[in-house]
Amino acid sequence: MNIQTNIGGATAEQANIVPNPIIEVRQAQVFYGEKQAIVDVDVDIQQNAVTAFIGPSGCGKSTILRCFNRMNDVIPICRVEGSITLAGQEIYAPEVDVVVLRQKVGMVFQKPNPFPKSIFDNIAYGPKIHGLTTSKADLEEVVETSLKRAGLWEEVKDRLDQPGTGLSGGQQQRLCIARAIAVQPSVILMDEPCSALDPIATATVETLIDELREKYTIIIVTHSMQQAARVSQNTAFFHLGELVEFGTTEQIFSAPREERTQNYITGRIG
Amino acid sequence: MTDPDSIIATGRSPRHKAELRFRAYGIAAIIVSLGFLVVMVGAIVSRGTGAFQQTFVQIEINVPANKVDPQGTRDPNVIKKARFSSILKKAMRQRFPEAKSRQDKKSLYKLVSSTAEYTVRDAVVADPSLVGETSTFSIRASSDVDMFMKGNIDPTLEQSRRRIDDKQLAWIEQLRAAGQIEKQFNTQFFTGGDSREPEQAGIWGALAGSSLTLLVCFLLSFPLGVLAAVYLEEFASKGRINRLIEVNINNLAAVPSIVFGLLGLAIFLNFFQLPRSTPLVGGMVLALMTLPTIIIASRASLRAVPPSIREAAFGLGASKVQTTFHHVVPLAMPGMLTGTILGMAQALGETAPLLMIGMVAFIVDIPGGVTEAATALPVQIFLWADSPERGFLEKTSAAILVLLIFLVIMNLIAIILRRRLEVRW
Repeated sequence: MNIQTNIGGATAEQANIVPNPIIEVRQAQVFYGEKQAIVDVDVDIQQNAVTAFIGPSGCGKSTILRCFNRMNDVIPICRVEGSITLAGQEIYAPEVDVVVLRQKVGMVFQKPNPFPKSIFDNIAYGPKIHGLTTSKADLEEVVETSLKRAGLWEEVKDRLDQPGTGLSGGQQQRLCIARAIAVQPSVILMDEPCSALDPIATATVETLIDELREKYTIIIVTHSMQQAARVSQNTAFFHLGELVEFGTTEQIFSAPREERTQNYITGRIG
Repeated sequence: MTDPDSIIATGRSPRHKAELRFRAYGIAAIIVSLGFLVVMVGAIVSRGTGAFQQTFVQIEINVPANKVDPQGTRDPNVIKKARFSSILKKAMRQRFPEAKSRQDKKSLYKLVSSTAEYTVRDAVVADPSLVGETSTFSIRASSDVDMFMKGNIDPTLEQSRRRIDDKQLAWIEQLRAAGQIEKQFNTQFFTGGDSREPEQAGIWGALAGSSLTLLVCFLLSFPLGVLAAVYLEEFASKGRINRLIEVNINNLAAVPSIVFGLLGLAIFLNFFQLPRSTPLVGGMVLALMTLPTIIIASRASLRAVPPSIREAAFGLGASKVQTTFHHVVPLAMPGMLTGTILGMAQALGETAPLLMIGMVAFIVDIPGGVTEAATALPVQIFLWADSPERGFLEKTSAAILVLLIFLVIMNLIAIILRRRLEVRW
């Protein structure tokens, strides 16, 4: 028990080191029914930076990620306590509209999940339901810029009417990223976005993540330590529902303060 | 210890045999079931095809102007009132002058259908220039003659044991020698309503009744079933009540259809006082029966939509309703439609509940709307199968054929819809 309190205190201090945070998590607890999945997590997400969540399976990193756009809402037994704010606004406040929240906080999933519709419709769906575009020309422009930002435009510009499910795995994942940025979010959550991709597609997506950092804040959950080291500026290491250590990626991978972090990144646990 | 290779080698041959044996059983099972199917369809086809033909007799009839239209107005309403039966009988006596006694004349008149006078009347009304002329009319033979022509009456039997007497046989031979009796395609069977006379009875009334009933059934059960399934699967919390409802729906699907008929009788007819024997009530009862099938099929196909599609839509900020109706329902639609069509096919073949709500009545008219008295295909089959006349035997089989063809068409539509709408991901 003593150790836990110590870690909690330590992370609270660490959280404050992040300059200009967009998301602030304080004393977050997540329960699935009786089971507690997240214990007293404090973490800050730096704006226009990539933050990586690493840790062994079942450590709660995806759970906390899904709190940021309230994707956990669909699980009836899931309960969130503590404070999570996005730009100062409490995410779990009763007056928050999840539709608006999810427009601001986009998400890319582990397995590419394009809609079984055309490439164009995949991108256009978000702007359409949020009423972001007024004319067809507008919409076409949004589709083009989104695909360009996702680095997919050159590959698909001649076949926008083809089904999005006909693309290769890496292209599908970039299509999903394009779809997420089409609604102009400020934060993009990525839940192991490369785990279903081959190394070449992974490299393309990683380059893309690095470019997207200029415009968006990105939080990426990953199992690959190399990936975290390559793409992120800040890294949080979770273990058994606790935030063990949080810091700049450089510090975490070169000089971890905690023994568990050290053990994990050197492959001794996890 | 023995060498494992040799153990495995000795075990190979029995395993091989077991495999061959199992294959043989499987093939035998398929052959037996195919055999039953062939026997069933073969029996129906061989009996039913006769109904698609009808024997017609050519007779020269003089339509006397003084009897039909004394004033010479050529007004259809005047012509309609003339006594065509005596005109027809006179023509038949002229054709076969040897029929002198009362008994013989009666036999003679029985060669043609009792509805033949209306055939003559309608022809004259349609073409008034026939009045005052002698012309050849093609007249429907009576069912007994028709049966004889199709070889269903054995002329070698004793006279008292067959429905065609010796004189009639002689007349038929005369007509045949003169080429004045022949079998033609029976359009009446496909365009007419029911009749007491087998040679006049048609399937169209029952077909129209069935179509109207199915239309009502579809309009009620499809939206209700799909909405119920979507709500239960996508919106309702998966609690105890939802499970209870699911169990009850599954049980309802297994309730004998006659129970739904009794329910319809008690509620729709007796309580709500809806008109009995109508496609409206028939469709409502069949909708009750089809609903569980549609709900179960729709829920299954909703469940088969991958959760990643829902996540993708939610992640973009789509609301529950948007996610459901923009993405989930379109993906589940092929399965829902297949379930619905299979439910409808089941409803098409259903007899028992329709008996309960009075669709078993003898109805000659073709129903023009859902509130007019009608019968349905399976009920028509039941009615004809129950009729004593020999002529209805082939009509029964022919009606079964028509019903089977419709079922096959509906199942084909289900397959085509499935192929067309199915999206792969």
